[in-house]
Amino acid sequence: MQVIWEGIKEAFLLIIRGDPEIWAITWLTLKVSGTATAISLIIGLPIGTWLALRRFSGRGCLFSFINTGMAFPPVVIGLWVSIFLWRSGPFGNLGLIYTPAAMVIAQTIIATPIVIGLTIAALQQLNPYLRLQLLGLGASSLQVTFALWREARLPLLAALMAGFGSVISEVGASMMVGGNIKDQTRVLTTAIVLETSKGRFTIAIALGIILLFIAYLVNYFLTSIQQRGAQNREVQ
Amino acid sequence: MTSREHPVLKIKNLQVSRGSEFNLSINHVEIYAGEVIAIIGPNGAGKSTLLLALSKLLEAKAGSISLRGKSIEQIADLEYRRQIALVLQEPLLLDTSVFNNIAAGLRFRGISKSEINQRIDEWLIKLNISHLKDRPASQLSGGQAQRVSLARAMVLKPTLLLLDEPFSALDTPTRMSLMQDLRNLLSETATTTIFITHDQEQALFLGDRIAVLLDGKIAQIDSPQNVFSSPIDTTVANFLGIENILPGYVMDNRDGKMLIDVEGKQLEAIGKLPIGKDVFFCVRPEEIILWNTADMPKSSARNQLDGQITSISNKGPLQQINLDCGFPLIVLITRASAQELDIEPGMEVCTTFKASAVHLIPR
Repeated sequence: MQVIWEGIKEAFLLIIRGDPEIWAITWLTLKVSGTATAISLIIGLPIGTWLALRRFSGRGCLFSFINTGMAFPPVVIGLWVSIFLWRSGPFGNLGLIYTPAAMVIAQTIIATPIVIGLTIAALQQLNPYLRLQLLGLGASSLQVTFALWREARLPLLAALMAGFGSVISEVGASMMVGGNIKDQTRVLTTAIVLETSKGRFTIAIALGIILLFIAYLVNYFLTSIQQRGAQNREVQ
Repeated sequence: MTSREHPVLKIKNLQVSRGSEFNLSINHVEIYAGEVIAIIGPNGAGKSTLLLALSKLLEAKAGSISLRGKSIEQIADLEYRRQIALVLQEPLLLDTSVFNNIAAGLRFRGISKSEINQRIDEWLIKLNISHLKDRPASQLSGGQAQRVSLARAMVLKPTLLLLDEPFSALDTPTRMSLMQDLRNLLSETATTTIFITHDQEQALFLGDRIAVLLDGKIAQIDSPQNVFSSPIDTTVANFLGIENILPGYVMDNRDGKMLIDVEGKQLEAIGKLPIGKDVFFCVRPEEIILWNTADMPKSSARNQLDGQITSISNKGPLQQINLDCGFPLIVLITRASAQELDIEPGMEVCTTFKASAVHLIPR
């Protein structure tokens, strides 16, 4: 109990003191996870939309594959990305292993199935005739897509939150492809693992609290947008 | 101005498949400028399939659809859809204000802001929804939402307006008020319209012509008067609520007046069918007058049948009386009449109906 209390105190002190190392780790965490979430959104949203609106054979199998991808262990993804990025691997010449770029790649692979899966779910909960209605009003395919995204914006925000949540909290992939190198690839989760292995529980707890606080802030921002939309929908 | 030479829409030998079992097959239909065609048919007859095919949202297997003389195959999908407007059974409004909903189709077409404002204001007034302009669509009642949906379509000034049962989810007063407004607006704007419904009253109220769609085929297309008084076959007659369809044959034919034998009873009808011809003798239940046998006055009606009441049931605001006249006969009367006649099952009654109320369908 004493350790937890000390950790909470330490977390506040680290934040108040503005420890440069902690800020650097926090900033890199946000940069890597934010970039990975943004890329997964750019990839996942159109793919999810296409899959939600098209009918083709093997669609069910593909959905199952995507749903499996949503539960992929980050450490397995870290392993495969490492194999591809190692110097002897197919993309070894790019020199990306143990860089933030490698971490972004791994985290993008983790978040993309989540964004695709939740985009499909978000669009499939809309009235199936809405697409026909929009086409019947003279909307182009692109206009239909934007209108449907707007209609499904609340669950799509949930997809964004889930994608961000999955990558900011993962440790296995970041550790394997980033290497947890000080001042280069150390993010909050890998730092927590390191401090715990060193027996510095107070610092580990402090870093954990900072991580939770960041996750909370980002989700608070997204949730407030989501709930504002939900309140507007409520029938008076 | 309605031109009968150049139809706005022409459908020829259209074949549309939906699923492995259902086929829509339309031989030939022409719809003229400013005309409202009501397509009626039971559930599963293919009404919505036809509308989706006409919206180019469902591909035709064969045949052609022409809009203003040009095959829609030669018109790009988007260009074609921007000449039509579709209103579906559910209003399917977007999660935004009434104004933005009505503006949706105009914005899709890239119309200027000032014109959008002007056109929306015009249609808000026409559909009596000006007070709802800034209200979120989610806060509208069913009737208000359907008015917005109609405004959203009509503001586009479509060459062809397609309405798929837009009133089916509304209560009677709301429906009647909206139908009245829509009829006035369609007439005022001379909008060529295809109106899908399963409700005969709605079809009668709005349609300049009525097409009866049964099992994927147009069984009859004609003026409302002709469709309802002279159904082309027993299936159409059945669907239109002509419950008395009795087999018989022509016994005599003089000066357009025919004597028909129905189960041994001689009944009169108007027409010119050859003697000996087998027919179905059709008479609407509401065309038959029921009398208390003792109070039967002298009537000009040519047909008179005595019978016994077998059962009485409610049919909406009316009462359905089932009679045994040697064959089953159904009569519809008001509740007030039923009360006045003090009828009950087993009672002997008399019925009369005019020869002109009879429609004969050759067998």
